[in-house]
Amino acid sequence: MPDVPPDLVPDTAGVPPQPDALAAARLSGSGFSLASGARRTTVRRSWLDTFDWRLYRAGLTLEQVVGRGGTELRLTGRDGTQVAAEQFQGAAGDRVPSWPSQLDTLPAGPLAERLASVVGVRALLLVARATSALREQRALNDDDKTIARVTADRMSVTYPAAAQLPERLTVSAVRGYQAQAGRLAGLLAAVPGVTTDEQPALEAVLASAGRRAGDYSGRIDVEMAPGMPAATAMASVFAALLGMLEANVPGTIADLDTEFLHDLRVAVRRTRSALKLAGQVLPPGARGRFQPEFKWLGDLTTPTRDLDVYLLGLPAMTARLIGADPADLEPFGDHLRRSRARAQRGLARGLRSARFGRLGRDWREVLDDAAAVTRRKPTAGALAAASIAAVHRRVLASGAAITAASPPESLHDLRKRCKELRYLLEIFASLQAPGVQWRAVQELKGLQDCLGEFQDTDVQRGELRAFAVQMMDERRAPAQTLLAMGEIAAGLARRQRRARAEFAGLFTDFASPAGQARIAALTRLAAS
Amino acid sequence: MKIFATYNIKGGVGKTSTAVNLAYLAARGGYRVLLWDLDPQGAASFLFRIRPRVKGGGKALIRGTRPVDDAVKGTDFENLDLLPADFTYRNLDLMLDGAKKPARRLASLLAPLRTEYDVVILDCPPSISLLSESVLHAADVLLVPLIPTTLSVRTLDQLTDFIGGFTGKRPRILAFFSMIDQRKSLHKEIAQTLPAQRADFAATVIPALSLIERMSVERAPVAAFSPRSQAARRYRELWAEAREKAGLKAPTGPSTGPSTG
Repeated sequence: MPDVPPDLVPDTAGVPPQPDALAAARLSGSGFSLASGARRTTVRRSWLDTFDWRLYRAGLTLEQVVGRGGTELRLTGRDGTQVAAEQFQGAAGDRVPSWPSQLDTLPAGPLAERLASVVGVRALLLVARATSALREQRALNDDDKTIARVTADRMSVTYPAAAQLPERLTVSAVRGYQAQAGRLAGLLAAVPGVTTDEQPALEAVLASAGRRAGDYSGRIDVEMAPGMPAATAMASVFAALLGMLEANVPGTIADLDTEFLHDLRVAVRRTRSALKLAGQVLPPGARGRFQPEFKWLGDLTTPTRDLDVYLLGLPAMTARLIGADPADLEPFGDHLRRSRARAQRGLARGLRSARFGRLGRDWREVLDDAAAVTRRKPTAGALAAASIAAVHRRVLASGAAITAASPPESLHDLRKRCKELRYLLEIFASLQAPGVQWRAVQELKGLQDCLGEFQDTDVQRGELRAFAVQMMDERRAPAQTLLAMGEIAAGLARRQRRARAEFAGLFTDFASPAGQARIAALTRLAAS
Repeated sequence: MKIFATYNIKGGVGKTSTAVNLAYLAARGGYRVLLWDLDPQGAASFLFRIRPRVKGGGKALIRGTRPVDDAVKGTDFENLDLLPADFTYRNLDLMLDGAKKPARRLASLLAPLRTEYDVVILDCPPSISLLSESVLHAADVLLVPLIPTTLSVRTLDQLTDFIGGFTGKRPRILAFFSMIDQRKSLHKEIAQTLPAQRADFAATVIPALSLIERMSVERAPVAAFSPRSQAARRYRELWAEAREKAGLKAPTGPSTGPSTG
């Protein structure tokens, strides 16, 4: 049970519910009254979240409130109760972060700690902004004791779009008087023209701009029916992927956090896989024309992402050092950061280029044409069944051919096939039984994690050698740094060996009759 | 969290007026404050317009079947909460007698509130009992209001001796003259000489003022309804001395923060 009753709003805009008028209408004879005199304040409110709404999805709201008393960052739960807060005032006012910002700009404390577990590596961005003109009155019981504060909030939204919201009344119970405050809220809610509003302020602000919280996620959610034309279905999938790709471009160029580039790369990889496996349903020539363009885009993003992976993993690698001192790795960290800054400049140039602009425009035109195609065959179900079955066969064949003596490339190749199968299962998820699909994806995920660990450690060892050579060439490689890097390389080799040893068991599970039957059931269902 | 207690074996010496005003001033200064009205007469609860009633009575609190913070009520003032009196508190001695380590029971009941409050003020009933002993063990600073007479000073010495016998933590004593009648020469004489001679005496004295008596009509701390009065000024001075005696750090939050609906 939330302590705070839901907000009250007039059911028609332009009829502001004045607390004193309400009191006159409803409170006489009830034992409650509103104290004369109101405290008027104006506060500027900014709501913050990550680009993929991690706080909202975790049931949390982060709000920055600027008033006469200073600035406060307040984290609340779904029922409005405060989880943590941080005050900024007076001389320390210059510490208030400007947004977007990474979490490390916040002072250490309970707020930063609580946010870290949800926000992770993502930056916090402004998602909405408004100015609230508040009028607060004390609600009294028959002992003239304050039992609640009734606040009328006239909110002017300034971001994402300018809007004036209907006035909201909030009844906040004084501690120990929740029951009386609840009765008071009930009386106020019964006044004609007033309705209760379960929608939190942030959602009301976003709705005024035609947006909703949680409107971006890294998932592709395209609803298909087995009988719909495959061209239409795939055009929707590609359009959703293009939307995801484009949504992440500004954040990648501005380098707000590493996840923008990660999500952008996921969209590119999925587009490339889908083009390869199901692109034949697009207008003739489209596949051949766009495959090299998306490969160019993928290649453009690789150097920065590889360096991101290294930099993100560096603290863990440093913590695992046994022989070397963590400080020995500082020149290596500096080298990675310099290289990353260079790679990021190249990436931003590429994403601002005419070639990239043209790719998006032309691709969208092709997708619009594909969506308008009237050809009914093949159907989405037939395409799903055929492509999933074909890739599954390839996974089984590649995996079965791998022995202890196989070169690393054979495992890399199998990883690619597994990724293709995973993308297909996800793209065509709406055509499959959710339970069976989930089991199949989980099994595949276990195998993919093992292959990923094998390949990533292999690639990182090669890169580590290349970094060492670069640092030697640049005369920035002290002996103790190279020794520490050697220790990291040894650790990577151990992890790679472990992954290789685990592979056989995981593949046997995946290729078991039960696993095969699951994929067969999925293809049958998709086709039906 | 620092625990203050207003204590004197005698009644009618200004314990409740002091507890109520100091609690208000501490909250006004930005501290998160809890005032516990331990006196079954419930005068502090009355002054804050809060009904002197705790569900399950004192027994539930002492036994721990009802958590202390469950019974807390918000006052009309920001940052200031009150744990109300209850008529069953008249039997707190008996209830404590049945508890484990009765002299330490109050301290252990207050321990979970450490993160929620910066300041706890215990307004004690006039007595010398097991409850008083438990209060003396829990408190960091004892605020002892005294009427300026030789006998009161003797009582203070007895209290000091009693606390001197404690093992472990001992509260610091801050005695102060209260209800001073400026027309009585004995009052004036003792109030002028003694604080200068003793380290456990506050320099501040609280005169007998009709405005302080008026609190029961206004049902609010004098520092709230008449903040510029002499009475309010004296309580502010006393709070400054009490805070220093306790070594209380500056509050972390603002005195009046921004608020939204």
